[in-house]
Amino acid sequence: MQDIHDHPAGGRRQFLKCMAWAGAGTLWLMKSGVLHAQPLGAGTSGTAKDASFSFVQISDSHIGFHKAPNMDVAATLRQSLALINAQGSRPAFVLHTGDLTHLSKPEEFDTLSGLMQEAHVGRTFYVPGEHDVIGDNGAEFFRRFGERQQAGGWYSFDQGGVHFVGLINVLNLRAGGLGSLGVDQLAWLKNDLAGLSPDTPLVVFAHMPLWPLYPSWGWGTDDSAEALSYLRRFGSVSVLNGHIHQIQQKVEGTITFYTARSTAYPQPPPGVGPGPGPLQSVTADALHRYLGIRDVRHVRGVDALAVTDEVLS
Amino acid sequence: MTAVAALRAVCTLMVMVALCGMDRSAVAADASPPKGVKVYQVDIRNFAFAPKALTVPQGAHVVWTNRDEEPHVVTSAGSLFASSKALDTSDSYGVTFSKPGTYTYYCSIHPMMVGTIIVQ
Repeated sequence: MQDIHDHPAGGRRQFLKCMAWAGAGTLWLMKSGVLHAQPLGAGTSGTAKDASFSFVQISDSHIGFHKAPNMDVAATLRQSLALINAQGSRPAFVLHTGDLTHLSKPEEFDTLSGLMQEAHVGRTFYVPGEHDVIGDNGAEFFRRFGERQQAGGWYSFDQGGVHFVGLINVLNLRAGGLGSLGVDQLAWLKNDLAGLSPDTPLVVFAHMPLWPLYPSWGWGTDDSAEALSYLRRFGSVSVLNGHIHQIQQKVEGTITFYTARSTAYPQPPPGVGPGPGPLQSVTADALHRYLGIRDVRHVRGVDALAVTDEVLS
Repeated sequence: MTAVAALRAVCTLMVMVALCGMDRSAVAADASPPKGVKVYQVDIRNFAFAPKALTVPQGAHVVWTNRDEEPHVVTSAGSLFASSKALDTSDSYGVTFSKPGTYTYYCSIHPMMVGTIIVQ
């Protein structure tokens, strides 16, 4: 990655290397009940030592997408997964926060499954993105990747004293609306959290942002405020989302919100340009540099993205 | 899907089947228009339907074409006509509207995209 500006036309190999760095994923380190984020592949052996455990978040692999700026999304996902295995200490599990596929096609799910199996990254938890539920309300997704705890597909589990909750906010969307959790899921969430002590660290993950990040582009969830009201009594809450193909971070009281990059392609910052499509207005060479700059800043300029109120974009 | 949601989906399906049985001519979803019928275009561009509202005469055939790099799905609010499959770039979907009324539709994966067909 170093001296990326000196090699603006480094070719496909260099490009894929950049993409892997740029969109690889996030290594989450749990330290004393507080999550610390770090871009995957940033040289984590030192900082990971005092973490009680770690996990990796990847997102928006969009298998089936084959246009500018990424003609080979399988290759960039493969590179991301290779970085997971390159970690000094093995992450406890991987979270995929949705949009596994581009069009919910069986062959796209097949490719995703194959890549995950081939990489041997271990236990992986999934939540669907809106691209994974086209035409069948997610039947195929849930058949292959569902946790089967609840009929609606949402679930929770515990790891190292931390309570993890996987929510689904891409189904039963109404015209003119945003993401949706629905009354059944909200009732379940309330009940799922009811028995927990407020000092239990929580990690809640779903595909679409669970806060109104940029509603006019659909970046939010209609009934997220209700869900958040159940979370506020807890001392350490991390909300992890995908969907917007870029890092955005925000703190509200004890709740830290974080959106992950895509392993496939970037999207524009909120409100920049006519819509939230793939950022493809740049040539492949310019994209190199663009992604390279973003990488270098995050990888080299910031040792660890601690939970702060800084907006990282 | 919860049992309630599943039941709801089945009920919706039954209602749709019943509606189809009662009035086959209300709406027909098809890629190619019937002969001699005027075709109206709606472009899907930059995560919006253009035109957003379209008034057509009874019997008109409306064709949506996706000009975005993102896929979109044309979905009738209230299931008054059949949804499209996922429309990839340059894919089209056509519906013949043979019954007057106001048909609101949206993209089921980007629900902030809303449009209306008014059939007179």
